[in-house]
Amino acid sequence: MDVKDIIKPENLVYEKPGMLTANTMHYCPGCSHGVVHKLIAEIIEDLGIQEKTIGVAPVGCSVFAYNYIDIDWQEAAHGRAPALATGISRTNPDKIVFTYQGDGDLASIGTAEIMHACNRGENFAVIFINNGIYGMTGGQMAPTTLLGQVTATTPYGRDAERNGYPLKITELIAQLPGTSYVTRQSVHTPAAIRRCKKAITKAFEAAMDKKGTSFVEVVSTCNMNWKMTPVQANQWMEENMFPFYPPGDIKDGSKADPASFKQN
Amino acid sequence: MAKVRGAVVVDNEECKGCGLCVVACPHDVLGQNKQVNSRGYHFSFMKNPENCIGCSNCAIVCPDTCITVYRVKI
Ligand SMILES: Cc1ncc(C[n+]2csc(CCOP(=O)(O)OP(=O)(O)O)c2C)c(N)n1
Ligand code: SF4
Ligand code: SF4
Repeated sequence: MDVKDIIKPENLVYEKPGMLTANTMHYCPGCSHGVVHKLIAEIIEDLGIQEKTIGVAPVGCSVFAYNYIDIDWQEAAHGRAPALATGISRTNPDKIVFTYQGDGDLASIGTAEIMHACNRGENFAVIFINNGIYGMTGGQMAPTTLLGQVTATTPYGRDAERNGYPLKITELIAQLPGTSYVTRQSVHTPAAIRRCKKAITKAFEAAMDKKGTSFVEVVSTCNMNWKMTPVQANQWMEENMFPFYPPGDIKDGSKADPASFKQN
Repeated sequence: MAKVRGAVVVDNEECKGCGLCVVACPHDVLGQNKQVNSRGYHFSFMKNPENCIGCSNCAIVCPDTCITVYRVKI
């Protein structure tokens, strides 16, 4: 059978989701951001919520997320996406709100905002891209950088005495009574991408059902700043990041019921 | 047993030659072109088209969503 007999509209099984714009993404070749954008676009399409969804874009490489997913967006100051999302979701309770944030944005400059939004149980979803580094600014150490990991600001590797310990912020967030669903995923293989899609769908549904804050960490690569090929970066992530940031659900439920919330 | 054949179309200009689709393919269908596109990337192509089963793994992992997949039962 000839290839041209297969390439026919009736045989189509996979195409670019309509919710992704025609703009060429500015991300480096092989960057995880593109895969996660695609999943969010597919999910918004599957759930039929294009008109109801508002994204809040961060500062970081994904600052231009609003150019790629065809929904309404707001652009937050660095780390402040959860504060903006709080305002948007409280004043528009009929909308589905999510933030999209890197690890520098969420776990460094924006730590206060994410902690308090999750503790208040704000009804939005958080997509947290943990690539262990500040991508946009040239690969400086992030709070999530592993001990020993070489970055632009830790040229001899991250040293606990000098630079502190890597921060498992997702585990901290799971402790907060305001969170509903907290999970860690990745997008380095087709199977992982399918699991991640289910997780982000669930996080969006939790936000729609006003269950509290839902949180999806995606352990990601920044092959450019890790100074590897995209394929090597995925391998490096599996070998080095997964032992410390193991994929899987951390919390699955609803925010705490105030009536049964124990204070003693 | 029903057999399937697949085929993919790569958007040559959108492809950034990252190579993630090449390793995601379970049947060694894809390779990277010696030629480059207008942005200088070695865009991927079907080097072994007869092996394709249309599983979509390559398209799913592509960060730039430049692969469209077709499949037929034969
Ligand atoms: C208030 C403020 N401080 C610092 C910066 C510089 N800055 C821009 S992006 C960035 C870090 C982004 O890293 P991350 O959130 O991990 O996202 P990535 O680029 O890796 O996707 C920093 C520090 C800024 N833009 N604004
Ligand atoms: S610098 Fe890193 S995070 Fe930013 S686009 Fe490139 S690979 Fe992605
Ligand atoms: S995964 Fe996409 S961008 Fe990367 S080489 Fe394959 S078709 Fe090109």
